Amino acid sequence: MTTEVVIKTDKLTKRYGDFIAANEITFEVYSGEIFGFLGANGAGKTTAMKMLCGLSTPSSGDATIAGFDIYSQTENIKKNIGYMSQKFSLYEDLTVIENINFFGGIYGMSDQNLKLKKDKLIETLSMQKEAKKLVGSLPLGWKQKLAFSVAVLHEPKIVFLDEPTGGVDPVTRRQFWDLIYAASDSGITIFVTTHYMDEAEYCNRITMMVDGFIKALDTPTNLKHQFSATTMDEVFFELARGANRKAD
Amino acid sequence: MPDVVLNNIVKTYNKGEIKAVDDVSFSVKDGELFGLIGPDGAGKTSIFRILTTLLLPDSGTATVNGFDIVKEYKSIRKKVGYMPGKFSLYQDLTVEENLNFFATVFDTTIKENYDLIRDIYVQIEPFKDRRAGKLSGGMKQKLALCCALIHRPKVLFLDEPTTGVDTVSRKEFWEMLKRLKQQGITILVSTPYMDEATLCERIALIQNGKIMSIDTPQNIVKQFPEKLFAIKSNSMSRLLHDLRNNRHVKSCFAFGEYHHITFENNSETESNQLIQDLHLQNHKEITLKHINPTIEDCFINLMN
Repeated sequence: MTTEVVIKTDKLTKRYGDFIAANEITFEVYSGEIFGFLGANGAGKTTAMKMLCGLSTPSSGDATIAGFDIYSQTENIKKNIGYMSQKFSLYEDLTVIENINFFGGIYGMSDQNLKLKKDKLIETLSMQKEAKKLVGSLPLGWKQKLAFSVAVLHEPKIVFLDEPTGGVDPVTRRQFWDLIYAASDSGITIFVTTHYMDEAEYCNRITMMVDGFIKALDTPTNLKHQFSATTMDEVFFELARGANRKAD
Repeated sequence: MPDVVLNNIVKTYNKGEIKAVDDVSFSVKDGELFGLIGPDGAGKTSIFRILTTLLLPDSGTATVNGFDIVKEYKSIRKKVGYMPGKFSLYQDLTVEENLNFFATVFDTTIKENYDLIRDIYVQIEPFKDRRAGKLSGGMKQKLALCCALIHRPKVLFLDEPTTGVDTVSRKEFWEMLKRLKQQGITILVSTPYMDEATLCERIALIQNGKIMSIDTPQNIVKQFPEKLFAIKSNSMSRLLHDLRNNRHVKSCFAFGEYHHITFENNSETESNQLIQDLHLQNHKEITLKHINPTIEDCFINLMN
């Protein structure tokens, strides 16, 4: 982790009519940091994340992602980030190799570079036997590890992970975090949402969104201290139970 | 006779290629709150669909409320409430229309059983004219529960009702289940969240279609075969790596603020030696303490 800022937002806001989904959110994320983005259902996490990925235009406020402006340089943003979620990750009716080739192509990787990365990826995940199998036939845990590896194949500055470990078994969930740590060590910034409060502990810093606002931003240790809590679960409960919104 | 009984149930897909449910037997007592705990793909949904008579098993027998799932499926359908993992109400009917529909199908009225759903329904009543498809996740979940309860079932099947729901809403949902249990309803609930296991009276831990353990959460924790320790230092990521490579450490898994470890021989000298080793590897602020296992520790242990 360094002090180089890779995500910088200033009063970033998204309105849908009278409804303010994200309300003047301001924060910075550093290069190589594991940044946890928490909040109750309907707090505004998805809205914020869509803006940061260049998929949704803010109503007001400013932000730069990997050095690019969130209004005028969204195509550059997309080239410099990776994204995976529990819902959308890979094409189930393509094989492992075909998925890697497809996403490598989308990100404009050279054939030579792609071949190198592909071999390394298959080796790291020990998927030699599965390389020619359809992704749809793999167990969920394998799919999610593969989806993460594909999301960082083009060595993006930042990777956005939207509940990447939902429903995954406890051993695979921990192997997944090994991959996150390795990516972070190599300088990739991790921006992650999760409902597992033990995973919140693995983040360098955490934000908590409540009703569209950022209600807290600090290290897990400092947050627990601030709320006189022994676990992140208690911190979450303290902050989220005052929420008015019960939306999704 | 217990309300739910499974004997050697087997279910395969793709002509036997995938064994979703592998010789599963357990029973749920009258009025019990029983949890089926396991990750995606463990076989939970197949078991639910078999018990609610929506899917036939390859082999084995089962009864629900004393009725056979194959021969007496019609009787079972009148006696059970089922909330599938995927939202399955009519998206283009309103909240009230959905509830009314399910009441009518079961030849009853909202009024007749209102006392059973009142606590839950009052929370969504302000939106009773809204189409179900336009509700938030939390409200959909509450409506689905109301619809599953409206005919006053004897046995309630809830398939991952809290998946993707934040911890505050999850706590509220489990409070609702406790109140339903007090009304005498037998509840079989599944969840991938290990921390919810302790809220059930008995649980079955399930993985790859096989039951690994069935007991009360307290007894499952007691059966953990090793002495378990929690450890932390100023460099948690490096600590994980160093612990995995330490000759005294048998198992090591990250558990939030601490890593959980067991020792090769469970001896006092090993823990002292480990701390010495870690000092030599330049770890600072080391804390090592003996702890009680959680259900997740037990699950991981049984998986290996």
